[in-house]
Amino acid sequence: MIVRFAGDSGDGMQLAGSRFTEATAEHGNDFATLPSFPAEIRAPAGTLAGVSAFQIHFAAQDILTPGDEPDVLVAMNPAALRSELPALARGGTVIANEDAFSKRNLQKAGYDANPLEDGSLDGFHLIRIPMTTLTASAVEALEGVSTRDAGRAKNLFALGVVSWLYDRPTEPTEDWLRRKFVNKPGPLEANLAAFRAGWNFGETSELIDVQYKVDPATDVPPGTYRNVNGTTATALGLVAASVRSGLPLVLASYPITPASELLHELARHQDMGVRTIQAEDEIAAAGMALGAAFGGALGVTATSGPGMDLKTETIGLAAMLELPLVVVDVQRAGPSTGMPTKTEQSDLLMALHGRHGESPVPIVAAATPGQCFEAAYEAARIAVHYRTPVILLSDLFLANSSEPWRVPDADALPEIDPAFAAPGDEPFEPYARDDKGARPWAVPGTPGLMHRIGGLEKQDGSGDISYDGKNHARMTEIRASKVAGIAAELPQLQVDADDGADLLVLGWGSSLGAIRAAARRVRASGHAVAVAHLHHLNPLPTNLGEVLRRYDRVLVPEMNTGQLAQILRAKYLVDVESYCKLEGKPLFAGELERELEARL
Amino acid sequence: MSEALTAKDFTSDQETRWCPGCGDYAVLAAVQKLMPDLGVPPHRTVFVSGIGCSGRFSYYMDTYGMHGIHGRAPALATGLAAARDDLSIWVVTGDGDALSIGGNHLIHALRRNVPLKILMFNNQVYGLTKGQASPTSGRGMVTKSTPFGLQDSPFNPLALALGAGATFAARTIDRDRHHMTDVLRAAAEHRGAAFVEIYQNCPVFNDGAFAALTDKGKAVFNRIPLVHGEPIRFGPDGEHGVARDEAGDLEIVAGGRGDLVIHDAHRDDPTLAFALAGLAASPGEPTPIGVFRAVDRPVGIAEATPKLAQARANLAPGALAELLHGGDTWTVA
Repeated sequence: MIVRFAGDSGDGMQLAGSRFTEATAEHGNDFATLPSFPAEIRAPAGTLAGVSAFQIHFAAQDILTPGDEPDVLVAMNPAALRSELPALARGGTVIANEDAFSKRNLQKAGYDANPLEDGSLDGFHLIRIPMTTLTASAVEALEGVSTRDAGRAKNLFALGVVSWLYDRPTEPTEDWLRRKFVNKPGPLEANLAAFRAGWNFGETSELIDVQYKVDPATDVPPGTYRNVNGTTATALGLVAASVRSGLPLVLASYPITPASELLHELARHQDMGVRTIQAEDEIAAAGMALGAAFGGALGVTATSGPGMDLKTETIGLAAMLELPLVVVDVQRAGPSTGMPTKTEQSDLLMALHGRHGESPVPIVAAATPGQCFEAAYEAARIAVHYRTPVILLSDLFLANSSEPWRVPDADALPEIDPAFAAPGDEPFEPYARDDKGARPWAVPGTPGLMHRIGGLEKQDGSGDISYDGKNHARMTEIRASKVAGIAAELPQLQVDADDGADLLVLGWGSSLGAIRAAARRVRASGHAVAVAHLHHLNPLPTNLGEVLRRYDRVLVPEMNTGQLAQILRAKYLVDVESYCKLEGKPLFAGELERELEARL
Repeated sequence: MSEALTAKDFTSDQETRWCPGCGDYAVLAAVQKLMPDLGVPPHRTVFVSGIGCSGRFSYYMDTYGMHGIHGRAPALATGLAAARDDLSIWVVTGDGDALSIGGNHLIHALRRNVPLKILMFNNQVYGLTKGQASPTSGRGMVTKSTPFGLQDSPFNPLALALGAGATFAARTIDRDRHHMTDVLRAAAEHRGAAFVEIYQNCPVFNDGAFAALTDKGKAVFNRIPLVHGEPIRFGPDGEHGVARDEAGDLEIVAGGRGDLVIHDAHRDDPTLAFALAGLAASPGEPTPIGVFRAVDRPVGIAEATPKLAQARANLAPGALAELLHGGDTWTVA
């Protein structure tokens, strides 16, 4: 089942959605979520620009994506209906707050006639509920509740209705309200009353004639689970890498949507020894992270969109200094400010090549909200072991979406050994190499290892300034082969292939769920297909060329104009086909299913 | 340390490569000479520099060093201070590096009062890129980039630093080893961010920019030494002084007057320091040198470092597992 809550950005739809998600987790369903909200904090009330929505996909089996088309749309006002109705599955259910369908609100949403009455919703199952009125009458008798509290509680009424509809437990929501409003009895009572009124309305009203039972999921691996979005999982991955490596974590960032959330999340973990700095600008944020790395910390900077442009200078310096640095790029639609609250995968070529000079940098891409944990941990591991900046590509969809995440065993996480240089008998050479091609990390404070590093070209070994052409050629090759050499320890690309499959669908980043779901659907209709997913974009797995050549056709779906496809064609001379989408939305299983069907 | 350190212990094996006669040599020598007195061993000392002639400074100190990118040295150094509170961190920068491309980093390092000693070599010109006007070049200056004379007004670096909330702001001159050493020592002893403007002669692209303050016969008439607690007086026999006029503005008066301004670098209110910074329109006229302001304020960035290190050191063995299991969890059997 897929439910989308939609209303004005002041209507509390994100809250209703996230509470429904918690109750769904408690119920034991598998799920995936997708919030969507306007770029403006308060777009004009009642307008299409101000619509905020939260979608959740839940089921008794393994869920791969937040879903394409909702089955149920909760529309708190005409603008929400108009904006979100096109996505609703045919024959889907519309639950509308009819109180909000005033003449003025209809005008603001661009309706000439009331869609609840003019028959335009005949193809859907329409449930009209006077939510504002019912919420007001549920709370009017309560003492100490203001009109304002009552007016703001209608999202809880809607949540109550939908919670009843899907038989969600009520305790998690009620407990959460008690915690949230612990010292605010007015809003607490209003919200509790509204939530219960919504639930009871569902149970007693004859408007809703069916209640759905979605059994707890049974095909998920055993373990302890929690609900995480990509931001939380990234933060946890970085903290875990910091604790496991023994390196203090220093995150320096400048506020930018959607990466700011990572700054907020990590700022809460001071008790774990996590240091966060809100820098004066994006450049300083990268510089501070790199300065911290020079001092022996796990230096991290996180950004999105234009912030990435500004960090490139420092990433180049980090490549030259050969110091660990993790750069988290939560991609969003560009160019320039673009669509700051919409997702895209269009920074891949920039991550690979967006610096002057020959400046190779490893790239790790996160595939699902929960997998952001592993990806962040892996980015830190590579950065530390190879003394190199690493770019972690996430995106807005991953950052904001959530899914159940199986909590890993902290003690079983891969080792991260900083292996700081220690004073020895030989004269210290800051650009000597270990067997992986990594140079020593000698931190200030270590007696006998004083040395100078900088952006100027280094003499191989000694690290002294060198303008020798042959040395520059050698150092260029050394830096390149160090990064390329990481491939030797990376897992081979795994292909999930049916016998006789001629078509390979190769994805990267956040499209994993949509690709797997599309493959599942075409398989269900009897087709053979092969699917694989890249988690490392630089270096690429060593068997990638062989895998690509194994299939007659290779389809690469991406939320860009075909950036990975371009790399694959250039590198492997394989006639890769692209499926590109740049609409600010994640890839959907339905559209990929159609693309696959067309090729099978 | 068993043996006393000398300047040699702070001198790297790299050949210094500034132009002959460059003021940078004098600053380097003064710093290397001062370092042993500070009681911080070379391995706990870090020099972070930007781009420009001054950027080379870090290569010549046998300490830890990072030659960064143009203008970014204060940001790199701030990150280092965030990770480590056990180091003496020096930033070496120039007028173009600090005030043009790196202006934002400089003012925020000062605002935060990060414990950095920031030495800004001011030669009023871009030297490494061969002679363009800098943000401290005077109006009308003819350079390759301004063949018809510079149209812009210069920054007053000390006024800028004070405006950014600098808790320590001072000015010294490359040709006066003694004065420079005293100022640098005071900067080293300051608890927070210390900003030191060093008038530094570029013999190739802007020779003699500070001649009024360095030439024999002129210097004594033009240097206004600031000594905390003393009346501000200058000239061979103290025949000039600084007093306030009726409007309260500073003016140069006869040194024998009884109402000369008494220099107070520790005043909470920065207005005197600011007025002194603006006393000379250019270094071609009587110009204050010395410590303009040195006040004690909470130190930024590095203050939290030991606390966070302690938190990490005290982490319970299961703390990470506990964090990962945070929030509402459920178990699938």
